[in-house]
Amino acid sequence: MSVTGLTYHVYDVEHMTPAEIYGHVLAQLGQERAEIVALTADLAKSTKIGKFGEKFPERFFNVGVAEQNLFGVAAGLALAGFIPFVSTFAVFAALRAGEQVRTDICYQKLNVKIIATHSGISFGPAGTTHHCTEDLAVMRSFANMTVLAPADGYETANAVRACLDYPGPVYIRIGRGFEQTVYEGEDYDFAIGKAVTMHEGSDITVIACGPCVLYAVEAAKALQESKGIAVRVLNMHTIKPLDKAAILAAVHDTRKIITAENHNVIGGLGSAVAEVIAEGGKSCRLKRLGLPDTFAIVGITEDLYNIYKLDRDGITEAILEMLGQEVEPDDDWEDEI
Amino acid sequence: MALADKEIAALTEKAWEIRHLIVQTIVWAGGGHVGGALSQVEILIVLYYHYLNIDPRRPDWEDRDRVILSKGHGGVGYAPILADRGYFPMELLKEFNHTGSPFGMHLDRLKVPGVDASTGSLGHGLPMAVGMALGAKLQQKPWHTYCIVGDGESHEGSIWEAAMCAAHYKLDNLTGFVDRNRLCIDGDTEEIMALEPLKGKWASFGWYVLEIDGHDFKELGEAIEEARRTAGRPTMIIANTVKGKGVNFMEGEAAWHYGGLDSDKEKQALQSINRIYGKS
Repeated sequence: MSVTGLTYHVYDVEHMTPAEIYGHVLAQLGQERAEIVALTADLAKSTKIGKFGEKFPERFFNVGVAEQNLFGVAAGLALAGFIPFVSTFAVFAALRAGEQVRTDICYQKLNVKIIATHSGISFGPAGTTHHCTEDLAVMRSFANMTVLAPADGYETANAVRACLDYPGPVYIRIGRGFEQTVYEGEDYDFAIGKAVTMHEGSDITVIACGPCVLYAVEAAKALQESKGIAVRVLNMHTIKPLDKAAILAAVHDTRKIITAENHNVIGGLGSAVAEVIAEGGKSCRLKRLGLPDTFAIVGITEDLYNIYKLDRDGITEAILEMLGQEVEPDDDWEDEI
Repeated sequence: MALADKEIAALTEKAWEIRHLIVQTIVWAGGGHVGGALSQVEILIVLYYHYLNIDPRRPDWEDRDRVILSKGHGGVGYAPILADRGYFPMELLKEFNHTGSPFGMHLDRLKVPGVDASTGSLGHGLPMAVGMALGAKLQQKPWHTYCIVGDGESHEGSIWEAAMCAAHYKLDNLTGFVDRNRLCIDGDTEEIMALEPLKGKWASFGWYVLEIDGHDFKELGEAIEEARRTAGRPTMIIANTVKGKGVNFMEGEAAWHYGGLDSDKEKQALQSINRIYGKS
């Protein structure tokens, strides 16, 4: 298979975690592009960027447990003409080294690609110190930054390939690597900034990113079969630049939108969608599913998705609740103030 | 080869000129980080007028030596040198700090030709210098990276993360300077948060360390040449300097970390600089 002149393998996600897939994809890209270097901060194994390091030890830098230096060194390598891929946990990329990412990388428009693993609540048992439900809010507020939140391992592979020749800094947010897949392979239209319609529908729209895409699709399929409800599901894998046209089309066609993300409801996908809806000037119901401005409890990740109503059942419940609500015409609200 | 007396005389003359230009720029800017701008003068001059392999007509020349002013607030002392070396017209210095100007207190690589990395937030420059030096090694390029770190800046943990990293990768193509003027904004570094023994700290992090008078061109030249000869590890040159060097009422005064100059103060400052250089 060939995309933009590159030859690559389709990896078997049944036997490989999403993180492992991206590690292999990066190693493959490294074969073809000598300017790719990779860096981590003592998380070569956990993030799987070590796959690149095994193949190209001379182009791989493990700087130890020192994330500020990690991103500064990556900036320096980019200034010297390389394309650094940096991988660490999301909480360390977005928060511990947030200023380095902003000032060294975004401000200077450097070609650094960040693969942030263990984002959201994907590392459930580790607790809040290792969760990261703030990174989308932080990263999308950095000028010059592109922010991706792939739905699964196949999409992560596509995102890694796409970001290579996408100019400037890119933040790719993935999970711990144990997530189920929603796609059956890598062969679908993936373009940075373009939402993917995962399920057609005109009754209501669910806009999701990351693992919530699978849960939204499951909810849509079940509701179609059991109740004949047509749910549109958009995989908003690019949080910035946001696919405004897809959101406004959903507003026009369904007037009811639910967002779902493993992130605080403040500042992430839901907020980004709300901004587009509000500026669009058309009335539309909106419900943001996510962490309700709280740090998540400790728990098995699947349990946490259930507790915070981000799994199939939670999304289904939100859909049914919203379908029972009217979208009020604009001239009917003055008496309610 | 050590600097000849004639070369030292020429550099000294240049330092007099640049100190004047810094004072001028502070006036045009309506104020600036004058203390640190004056302490780093000889370090930047010996690099830009003698040791750097650069071509100001081609600021992006890929084989140029790199300089990162990690103490980015020294920008008001750096831009006059870049202007004088011909990276951009001297006239532009008159816009320093003005609305819409390419020049702010902290120089922006994307707006100011000759600047190799945007700095300002402390503790960021040295990690980037480590990345550049690693890049040169990887490309097997002979260019050298120089990084000027503030002593107050050395309170930042990221400086020591980078220090460890540079020694780990044996970056003998990286030479650092500590502009050791002994003052941070709030006072004496040793009272605010002691840095000493600073030489011992850098040595224990695996760097080759030299300690010199940072206003003495002969010592600066010898140190740079020794750094360039040193294989297998980076060199840190602890350059003992005086904050506000050259202006009698600023020297050693923490209050002159940042300041403005009215016309009387400007005149006094220029006269003070002239006295030091034996000019009337």
